[in-house]
Amino acid sequence: MKFLNKLLAATAVAAVCMAGPAQAETKRIALVVKALGIGFFEAAAEGAKEAAAELGDVEVIYTGPTDTTAEGQIEVINALIAQKVDAIAISANDTDALVPALKKAMQRGITVISWDSGVAAEGRQLHLNPSSNPLIGNMIIKLAADHLPDGGDVAVLSASATATNQNIWIEEMTKVQDNYPGINVVATVYGDDLADKSYREAQGLMQTYPDLKAIIAPTSVGIVAAAQAVSDAEKVGQVNVTGLGLPSEMAGHVHSGASKSFAIWNPIDLGYSATVLAYNLATGVAEAKAGAEIPMGRMGTLTLDDNSEGAMADPFVYDASNVDDFKDIF
Amino acid sequence: MTGFLKSREAILAGAILALLIGVASRFPAFVAPANLANVFNDTAPLIILALGQMVVIVTRCIDLSVAANLALTGMIVAMINTAVPGLPIPLILAIALSLGAMMGLVNGLLVWKLDIPPIVVTLGTMTIYRGIIFVISGGEWINAHEMSDSFKAFPRASFLGLPVLSWIAIVCVVAFLLLISRTPLGRAFFAVGGNPHAAVYTGIDVGSTQCAAFVLSGMLAGLTGYLWVARYAVAYVDIAGGFELEVVAACVIGGISIAGGVGSVGGALMGALFLGIVKNALPVINISPFWQLAISGSAIIIAVAFNAASSRTKGRVILKKAEHAI
Repeated sequence: MKFLNKLLAATAVAAVCMAGPAQAETKRIALVVKALGIGFFEAAAEGAKEAAAELGDVEVIYTGPTDTTAEGQIEVINALIAQKVDAIAISANDTDALVPALKKAMQRGITVISWDSGVAAEGRQLHLNPSSNPLIGNMIIKLAADHLPDGGDVAVLSASATATNQNIWIEEMTKVQDNYPGINVVATVYGDDLADKSYREAQGLMQTYPDLKAIIAPTSVGIVAAAQAVSDAEKVGQVNVTGLGLPSEMAGHVHSGASKSFAIWNPIDLGYSATVLAYNLATGVAEAKAGAEIPMGRMGTLTLDDNSEGAMADPFVYDASNVDDFKDIF
Repeated sequence: MTGFLKSREAILAGAILALLIGVASRFPAFVAPANLANVFNDTAPLIILALGQMVVIVTRCIDLSVAANLALTGMIVAMINTAVPGLPIPLILAIALSLGAMMGLVNGLLVWKLDIPPIVVTLGTMTIYRGIIFVISGGEWINAHEMSDSFKAFPRASFLGLPVLSWIAIVCVVAFLLLISRTPLGRAFFAVGGNPHAAVYTGIDVGSTQCAAFVLSGMLAGLTGYLWVARYAVAYVDIAGGFELEVVAACVIGGISIAGGVGSVGGALMGALFLGIVKNALPVINISPFWQLAISGSAIIIAVAFNAASSRTKGRVILKKAEHAI
């Protein structure tokens, strides 16, 4: 059934491409993700489809490279420019590398917004943060601290050392660290969003810091790999793995006890909001400027700051009590 | 010739030892026997794949599709496991081996029957296999809670103090030692790589021998696919992304000549161990992550430089022997 849907979607896209300018009244919004095949972005695409159904005259093109590289995304952007889409909503693999390609898109009259992982201000009209960065930074350390009443050593397992969003969250986390007395962040390591490297880095952390009480992994690949490494090292109950992950991917590890709780915003809402925002900008309903309030359907309004950025909502905490309700959704 | 190879392996063994001593000076717990067993276990997939890659490289080919083959087989067996959780593990292993062998056969037949350069064939099938994973999985992950317990437990089950994953690597090493030194096929790999024209005159079919090498490499990739997915308890499109280059690097470091005809099981094993130790040591010795890639890369360049230097001496030695004979 899934495959059939994909086939239908692909045929629809192909048909639209062939029809070209004849269907100019339908707004074509491209949702460009970091890489295809990541559960989080598949869920965002669901939200985008929901928005398209609600708005009516919108065709969503869900696309992205097959691996998380800026080069791959530049190729995708160039292809979208050639297809003359109306708007591009992108989650970027690199803050700066995509700017020239996206500028070119804007010069051709294409609305460009970034969401999830941002592009430098000159490369987009607005950026939709899934949540506010300070709030996420606070959340990931709070998740660890909540289960450590007496404090202890915690370490961060990030994705790649150049991942925009990871670095900002870790920076925000460091700012509020003093609010959690006794919590001692001993190291930050990088698993490059590869299951095997993340697993090895988690093993390394447990070896280097025998008193480690928690691993904070603000990445969906890292948190799963770290949870598996903790289970394999038979340190469940001793080392708590937390951070940002997806309920479907974490359900097993929450039940095994390797992870007591983790957080994530709702990617469906995120894809939905990005699509509605892109639509509102492309149709001229709203203009992206500092202080603007742009409606985003059922998610309320987005208020832009001086940097043309806005936050969608607070991250949501999942634990053994509610993870099963969400594991089949995303 | 064998004396030279032995000394080359001795150099590599020395390098591994030096590496271990260096790491131990910064983080003594690294060389504890239990941790070394962990490192070996972590390197087991690389060892298994390097053995398959070795025979392919020895026949003057290269297999860039191993990681994609691994990922596709891993995804298929994980999907089979979710659909039929009760399927016994031996059957899963058989499926993984035959799926991998089939994908290797596709490479082999394209190289043999259509005479396409192996690097082009496997570059193509690498992308095709990754693409197929996306098509069959719809981009979805298969997660720990969807796999059956026995499926996940097999590679980590302990047998005589070592996990099964490690034992499989050891069995593969022994099997390859026998294959290379005791079977006509094993000797044919070297004949084909060393001098294809001479091999033809001795009655060896170059194409079918290369095809056999690809099937072997594919079979091992398939086996590793199951072990990988079960060990990390997750299957998705990108697993083992870029791992094919690590496998080739392990072979190159192990002294297997990209030009074909030269290589040994010991070399592949030690090349893989060297990379495995570097990968496991870097996280614990507090080196900036920005330097880690540079360090791994330098190890490869140094090894290739060694290879280039040693292949020059090899030429001279043979000529001298020939002169003496005359």
